Amino acid sequence: MAGYILQRLALMVPTFLGITLIVFLIVRLAPGDPAELRAAGGLGAAGGGGISVDRKSAVDAAMSQWRAQYGLDKPLHVQYGIWLKNIFTLSFGESFKDNQPVWGKIAERLPVTLKLNFWSLLVVYAVAIPLGIYSATHENSLADRTTTLIAFILFAVPLVWAATMSLVFLCGGDFYYLFPPGGLESLDAAETWSWWRRFSDQAWHLFLPVVLLSYDGFAGLSRYMRAGMLEVLRQDYVQVARAKGLGEGIVVFKHVLRNSLIPQVTLLASILPGLIGGSVIIETIFSIPGLGQLGFESVLSRDYPTVLALLTVSSILTLIGILISDLLLAAVDPRIAFGRRAQ
Amino acid sequence: MASATTTSLETTTEAAQSRGLWSDVWSRFKHNPIALTGFYVVAVFVFMALGADFIANDKPYYTEYQGKSYFPIFRSYLVGAKLGQWPAELLNVDYQKLEGAKSIFPPIPHRPSNINLLAPLEPPSGRHWFGTDKLGRDVMAGMVHGSRVSLSIGFVAVGIAVVIGVALGSIAGYFGGWIDLAVSRLFEVMLSIPTFFLLITIAALLPPSIFLTMFIIGATSWVGIARFTRNEFLKIRNLDYVTAAIALGVSDRKVMFKHILPNALAPVIVSVVLGIAGAILVESSLSFLGIGVPAELVTWGSILHEASTTTYAWWLAVFPGFAIFITVLAYYLVGEGLREVLDPRLRGLR
Repeated sequence: MAGYILQRLALMVPTFLGITLIVFLIVRLAPGDPAELRAAGGLGAAGGGGISVDRKSAVDAAMSQWRAQYGLDKPLHVQYGIWLKNIFTLSFGESFKDNQPVWGKIAERLPVTLKLNFWSLLVVYAVAIPLGIYSATHENSLADRTTTLIAFILFAVPLVWAATMSLVFLCGGDFYYLFPPGGLESLDAAETWSWWRRFSDQAWHLFLPVVLLSYDGFAGLSRYMRAGMLEVLRQDYVQVARAKGLGEGIVVFKHVLRNSLIPQVTLLASILPGLIGGSVIIETIFSIPGLGQLGFESVLSRDYPTVLALLTVSSILTLIGILISDLLLAAVDPRIAFGRRAQ
Repeated sequence: MASATTTSLETTTEAAQSRGLWSDVWSRFKHNPIALTGFYVVAVFVFMALGADFIANDKPYYTEYQGKSYFPIFRSYLVGAKLGQWPAELLNVDYQKLEGAKSIFPPIPHRPSNINLLAPLEPPSGRHWFGTDKLGRDVMAGMVHGSRVSLSIGFVAVGIAVVIGVALGSIAGYFGGWIDLAVSRLFEVMLSIPTFFLLITIAALLPPSIFLTMFIIGATSWVGIARFTRNEFLKIRNLDYVTAAIALGVSDRKVMFKHILPNALAPVIVSVVLGIAGAILVESSLSFLGIGVPAELVTWGSILHEASTTTYAWWLAVFPGFAIFITVLAYYLVGEGLREVLDPRLRGLR
């Protein structure tokens, strides 16, 4: 086991370098000079467009000074090295837009996105696992067929459509006003409110974003869960458990569930990147000040340092997620660690 | 004599069994009504995209004007190909208001580019079945022409993803060892970077263009196909017939692409079909966010975006979103049907 962990950790190093290299190159090699963009306030317009000659030379001087300050005049591989070194101290530079440290901006918005994704993940598993168990134990019943069909259809519903429809029909507009059209809490929310009032206010605001972020996940996961349960239910040892007279409840929840739950936990690694991508859409539509919204705004204003930092941070988080789920799987299923070593 | 009999026996059984993979797949696929429905829905959308000019157009199929007959839609193709010119009396005319002309119009007599600032955000009516948008453009015409964007992005992006994915996957699976290790790191890199965020970053940094968008979606979505291909290659590589081919001195390239790939293709096909649906979803999200596709181009996603800013115009939300949903669902159904047909473990279960 220790050998397997070491092997996995060692393999993470090239992956980490690969991620940073690709992200760095994509953002740096894109058309447009960061210095010019910064001189233009990060708005994407060329720096010294229509101004007089001496003002332009002043801008040019400022730009070259700034290039030297941030090392942008050095060759690309040196820049990459410096940037890579700074990652470890979480110094991602300053935003082109407002000169604030990028890490500060991320740290400020991270809790919002984590909260959103935490609740979404919770909903995903809380819905998918009971649904999958029920479907598998009642295979081919009417309820099983219905839930399988609904899950299949839900999986095909585009997030942008679901979000727009709820915005149009449920959030004011000309139809129902069941949920707020945006934000994390009411504008008049105050510290003086009782905890219950604040809690219910936040829950009211988070309800739609969380449901929208998770429906795709629980639709997919419930199908995996059903398939996994069915596979285990057909195993011989389940027959043995039944034959020796164990109650169906014990067979299902003690013998079958434990074995079919493991692969679902590892699916976490594949759900996480989707949630991060979904956050961009949901946070933009519902104006929630999280990482997704920050990412979208920085991309539009070509705020390179912020975009770079966000891509790197979310990739590393996902990489850690993959590692944890691999190790979890190896911990419960010793064949994996052994198999790798045998190769 | 004895050997001759066995040979002839073998050939007859072979002839009876091998109908060829694709005719076999089709004959099984045919018997799955749900998957077949999906297939027909996709076909309808393909025809809609190909014939968009004949379904939604402000020009008539046929018009009789001042005693002469014209076929304006066909002529517009000639003019577009620089093979002909508009007659002076029909140059830039509004056929609806042409006096004394007898015309046969397509079912939707609008073009998505026809701006009518006098009729912005009109709810569905006899004149505009799906209503109009902020600029008074007909939504249904926009959707018919927008299907071109969705379908072509789906096919081209996945085509690019297949080329990259199959190439990398087969190299990794065939050669194994350190090459596999290195290529698998690349898979892990692509899996770790949040694809959608990477996509909007690249798309926003480059000038808006459909072709670039197709390429970017393809270049970021090949990992699934590559992993499937790799796993299949790993399995097939150790089969006896491959060892035999290598022992006979067949070149690596020929073994990979002529002997292994056709057998590895079945599971890959499923992920390709699902990949088309994925690319359509991604494109609609991109044009919803206003990234990648030029602003003046009407797509399903761009109409949805308008709905999110003018929330009382429900028709802008309902129809284009439903079109995306039905298309994606149809591809999923085809994909599921193919999976059942192609997966040997599932054969005989039905």
